[in-house]
Amino acid sequence: MTLAMSSAAGTPPARNGILLGLLSADPPRSRVLSLLLVAILATLVATPFLIPGSQPIGTAAKICIFILLAASFDLLLGYTGIVSFAHTMFFGIGGYGIAIALNRLGATWTSVAIGLAAALALSAVLAFIIGLVSLRVRAIFFSMITLAVASAMLVLASQLSGFTGGEDGLSFQLPPELRPAFRVLADPVMGIAINGRLLAYYLILFVSLGMFLLLLRIVNSPFGRVLQAIRENEFRAEALGYRVVAYRIAASVIAALAATVAGALLALWLRYNGPDTTLSFSIMIDVLLMVVIGGMGTLYGSVIGATLFVLAQSYLQVLMGTVSGSLAAVPLLASITHPDRWLLWLGILFVTSVYAFPGGIVGRLRRE
Amino acid sequence: MSSSVADTKPGDLPRTPRDWVPLLLVPALMVLAAPLFGNVSSWVTLTTAGLAMGMMIFLMASGLTLVFGLMDVINFGHGVFISLGAYATLLVLGPLAAWGEADSLVLNLSLLGLCILAAMAVTAAVGMLFERVIVRPVYGSHLKQILVTVGGLIVAEQFIHAIWGASPITVALPQTLRGAFVFGDVAIERYRVIAVVIGLAVFGLMHLVLNRTRIGLLIRAGVENAEMVESLGYRIRRLFVSVFVAGSALAGLGGVMWAFYRQTLTAGMGMDVMVLVFIVIIIGGLGSIGGCFVGSLLIALTANYVGFLAPKLALVSNILVMALVLIWRPQGLFPVNRQ
Amino acid sequence: MAEAILTLEGVHTHIGPYHILQGVSFGIARGELTMLLGRNGAGKTTTLRTIMGLWQASSGRITFDGREITASATPDIARSGIAYVPESMGIFTGLTVRENIVLAARSGPVDPARLDWILGLFPALRRFWDLPAGNLSGGQKQMLAIARAIAEPRRLLLVDEPTKGLAPVMIRSMIEAFQALKAAGETILLVEQNFHAASVLGDRAVVIDDGRVAHQGPMSELVADTDLQQRLLGLSMDTHQ
Ligand SMILES: Nc1ncnc2c1ncn2[C@@H]1O[C@H](COP(=O)(O)OP(=O)(O)O)[C@@H](O)[C@H]1O
Ligand SMILES: [Mg+2]
Repeated sequence: MTLAMSSAAGTPPARNGILLGLLSADPPRSRVLSLLLVAILATLVATPFLIPGSQPIGTAAKICIFILLAASFDLLLGYTGIVSFAHTMFFGIGGYGIAIALNRLGATWTSVAIGLAAALALSAVLAFIIGLVSLRVRAIFFSMITLAVASAMLVLASQLSGFTGGEDGLSFQLPPELRPAFRVLADPVMGIAINGRLLAYYLILFVSLGMFLLLLRIVNSPFGRVLQAIRENEFRAEALGYRVVAYRIAASVIAALAATVAGALLALWLRYNGPDTTLSFSIMIDVLLMVVIGGMGTLYGSVIGATLFVLAQSYLQVLMGTVSGSLAAVPLLASITHPDRWLLWLGILFVTSVYAFPGGIVGRLRRE
Repeated sequence: MSSSVADTKPGDLPRTPRDWVPLLLVPALMVLAAPLFGNVSSWVTLTTAGLAMGMMIFLMASGLTLVFGLMDVINFGHGVFISLGAYATLLVLGPLAAWGEADSLVLNLSLLGLCILAAMAVTAAVGMLFERVIVRPVYGSHLKQILVTVGGLIVAEQFIHAIWGASPITVALPQTLRGAFVFGDVAIERYRVIAVVIGLAVFGLMHLVLNRTRIGLLIRAGVENAEMVESLGYRIRRLFVSVFVAGSALAGLGGVMWAFYRQTLTAGMGMDVMVLVFIVIIIGGLGSIGGCFVGSLLIALTANYVGFLAPKLALVSNILVMALVLIWRPQGLFPVNRQ
Repeated sequence: MAEAILTLEGVHTHIGPYHILQGVSFGIARGELTMLLGRNGAGKTTTLRTIMGLWQASSGRITFDGREITASATPDIARSGIAYVPESMGIFTGLTVRENIVLAARSGPVDPARLDWILGLFPALRRFWDLPAGNLSGGQKQMLAIARAIAEPRRLLLVDEPTKGLAPVMIRSMIEAFQALKAAGETILLVEQNFHAASVLGDRAVVIDDGRVAHQGPMSELVADTDLQQRLLGLSMDTHQ
């Protein structure tokens, strides 16, 4: 039992080694957490076959994408100790890159590549410039300036409607291999058609998983350790000869690139991109909630946070509807338990977790 | 000029000249922009709109910059006080709707005055609570301050939704404050004049308090060196709480002015202007009231001019102004010497 | 030794993970000028900051005028009658010279006779009275910092390296000012790197080394004992005339 808690339990040494290698020697370090993670991964892999229907698979794809988005945000928030409000801007750039390219250049894989490459380049340049202007002076400027730049971008995206589709966003066709009509196998497996839609889902799942493992590798690399040293004590790190600003800028560029990929995946899944699906400020708040409630500075926290959040978004509101209905006689109580007020409760949970559980859910589980 | 150097004795350092350049930016912008419009009337309209908006932004931003200067505390939830101030007008406009309809300048202005009083009272009270519950536990950590104040913002906005509903509410400007003063073909909206007058009055009052009263001296001293203020025997915490509460009340006042300017209330309206507020306090130099004033006018005038000439670029132009200022002076127009 | 107004008993101070003061004990007699000496980094500034409550002592006792102040907040310590001139002087550069002094007088307007006496000690301040203190030279700032500390009568002055970085002529007038303060009966704890100044001014000397008190006794004893000077203060002190 005690042994099981300290490492990935019960697996033979060789497999254990491979697994640890995949996880960059940074295992979950909690039995419950490991079980949760395995359960989440298994469910995500099996969703199309376990729970047929278009809504569950859509929720699953969203979970994959938000895990990647939250994990990349955690690289900044948890590992580097700086708060960006422009993370969904990069998410949006990824989405618009794909949407604009596929919309303009036709539904081919080349368009996907061009759109993604252009989006990545734009994100990298923007992240670099923002970092250079703000982090050079004071880390606190970074938060304010990212907020300003992100809202300017939001306005710009809705005003350059000829290019971005404005408020309506852009719909587009996917390359043929990702369309529902495309059959990988002629016959259904377990009653499920193996079509392009399914292919798109697994593409998203595996790209997200791969990117997540890559982020895990980055935070456990010497580079990641310097980031954490800076987070702990900026002045000491500077005294040890690390160029704090350079490291912070690099982290912010990497996080921006990962967010761009996540945005591209979301656009591919929805066959649409618009201000409300990727750019909006409320998504930024969602991501903040996911990372803090899941547990900052652990990456696994992002998995738990994003999964819980997306599920809650889909199902908690139903629960609150029931509670609110039963409290209809008490006006204020009824209105604060109204499903539209679910952000109120998340907000309270968020503030409490910053005070009381700075390690979030993962921090809690690891202390058990 | 040269005589002041001549009459100092050898061994004295020559006096550092006062820093006038940033003060010239606002008039320079107004003059340089003029030829772009072709006619006087649109220039006058846009300039008064810019000045009015600048005053409102100044009201909203001044408290935030002092709070930062004094205790190194950054409040991302400051926008709540703007929204709350705006919604607090409903407490007055509901029962006294008739005063707004009346064709009497006295009644109309009294109504506006009562709205302001109500808003400042509500936001001061909530500000005290916010400082106590949200901000106090997280001194010393910017990261936690940002997270917790954003959390406070979410919760407070949701409460506004719960109390007043989630859909936008329209508010009407009192009867005699509508319309414009017309001089030939130049029209100046009345409400903008009122906004400028109120903004200037508050700025003047603030200037007096900061320069002529002991508490003002303590605030200025505390922004420079809080530790030394404590070593002289003053409790900086108390000072900070009063500045926080006053700053919240000023944001509430700004919220009222903003509400009548837009004539629509939404819970997110505070957060929307916060973007400009942050740009302003960065441009001005964190902790500097003078910089905050100049920055507000600069940003609001630019936004109005560009909004007219190239509407799509209005917000982007503010980012550009900010970038230019930071390239010129990385710590803002009036950097505060902090120790 | 006469009656002690301030005593430190076994004071330890940690700054973050570093253990800086490692059991500092000494006393300061009423009406005397005590020199706090020691090499760079010995812990002199840390001692003054711990007395003022700007760093919190992790153990030990500090008593002032019969009251324990070990865990008191800085403003309360200041209000009990201690004035502090930090090494960085702590001048409010955006305030005028007058405003700096007005703030230092907590209980109201500065007594005109006292102000005359202070401005007599530091005549330069009179000339710059209504100018921002940021315009003052380093020596003038130091004068303002001390003027601020004595704007109202206090029971103890803590002064950290008032001659640091000053020109010789300035050092001389600073020494004269301290002699005048002594004559007025002030109790002073003075940190000084300039051994000449220390030997002229000090009644007693406390030498700190590596966070501990390495020697204490009459200043004259230390002045006479060059061996002790060499060992505790290092050679650099002698060249520092
Ligand atoms: N803020 C700080 N953080 C860490 N160490 C400090 C700090 N301030 C002083 N120290 C260390 O404490 C020791 C004593 O410093 P200090 O009291 O300033 O010495 P002195 O005034 O005698 O020159 C030095 O080794 C110094 O490096
Ligand atoms: Mg020192």
